[in-house]
Amino acid sequence: MTGSIAAIGAGLAVIGAGIGIGQIGGKAVEGIARQPEAASKIQTNMIIAAALVEGVALFAVVVAMIG
Amino acid sequence: MYKKSILNSKKIKQLLFSAVFLMVSVLSLPSFAQEAAPKAEEKFNPKDVILEHVGDSHSWPVFGNVVISLPVILYTDKGLELFSSENIREEEVNGKPEPKIYQGKYYSYTSEHDKIVVVDAVGKVDEAASKKLIDFSITRNVASMWLGMTILLVVFLSMSSAYRKRSGKGPKGVQSVLEPLVMFVRDDVAIPNIGAKYQKFIPLLLTMFFFILINNLLGLVPFFPGGFNLTGNIAVTMVLSVITLVVVNVNGNKYYWKHIFAPDIPLWLYIIMVPVEIIGIISKPFALMIRLFANITAGHIIVLSLISLIFIFKTLWVSPASVLFVVFMDTIELLVAFLQAYIFTMLTALFIGMAVEEHHH
Repeated sequence: MTGSIAAIGAGLAVIGAGIGIGQIGGKAVEGIARQPEAASKIQTNMIIAAALVEGVALFAVVVAMIG
Repeated sequence: MYKKSILNSKKIKQLLFSAVFLMVSVLSLPSFAQEAAPKAEEKFNPKDVILEHVGDSHSWPVFGNVVISLPVILYTDKGLELFSSENIREEEVNGKPEPKIYQGKYYSYTSEHDKIVVVDAVGKVDEAASKKLIDFSITRNVASMWLGMTILLVVFLSMSSAYRKRSGKGPKGVQSVLEPLVMFVRDDVAIPNIGAKYQKFIPLLLTMFFFILINNLLGLVPFFPGGFNLTGNIAVTMVLSVITLVVVNVNGNKYYWKHIFAPDIPLWLYIIMVPVEIIGIISKPFALMIRLFANITAGHIIVLSLISLIFIFKTLWVSPASVLFVVFMDTIELLVAFLQAYIFTMLTALFIGMAVEEHHH
């Protein structure tokens, strides 16, 4: 087996990020479908929430890189 | 301005012709990338190349083998040392990189894995003396930070003097590009989060936003003077988050500290909530630091890895796919550069707002 356990850890963390951002995107698109006039506000909030969730996932990547 | 169609076909044709001509003429030049006589087949090591691009170093590569040697400033326990980093750069002697030893005023120095250590005349590392060495050199990150700061100062000082001279008239030139951004930071980031007292903090928020933005953007440019990794250096992001920590806690009013140490909760929850809140004082700027560092560094590593694919497979046919991927990732990185600057500034404004807000009920 090549590579290290750290790569497995980083991969697991990315699963969490994928699920989280997928949920955010899905709900945002649903919201836009219900009320198209609010599209730009919903989009702004979606991007902000996605960046915050991605920050948490990158915590794990950083720990994997250092370890 | 009075032409009937915007697409002036004669100009477009000339532009297209000159572009094609330039591309063909470049292709016909002899290729400079081949070496005179290939040495023994070395396996391309992507990890070293990527870490070298993403990390810091004492010299700034300009083009191919041309390199700007930045000064090395060392504070030893005997005094200050100042010399050009050319003296300690590794050079290839018969294909093997040999570190050069430089005889300074007090000790001899060489660079080992891009870290300067004290050696004696033979080349043996002197551990004890190396530990007492404080490295104040102008490295690539410092020089690139000065470049970014110079650009910011020039642009914003010229913009402010233009505002003073043309007060009352409409914006012209660089004002029209930057005024929407400045107003965006003021109206969408500062006022909603801080409220009425935003005037005191607007210079800090604007500085943070534009500093992070310009350094992120310059890091995406592939040639000199861009292509450095400043905001991906954890020391730089640590300083930015320490600034946030200091500003938030110095400006915290009575209600802010009351929320942390004596919140309005049942007494038996104090034992959990108060340590959590105290850790929260440190962990919020810590998250800011890690978020910016990891996003920018990860972006650079991805782009460099995709380009290294060409060198790992050693064929030209990988390059269309690789270049396409790299262009796609670079577009995402452009979005990430702006987004991370915005998120950092917005979270700082949010924390400041939490610190200065008045009691509601």
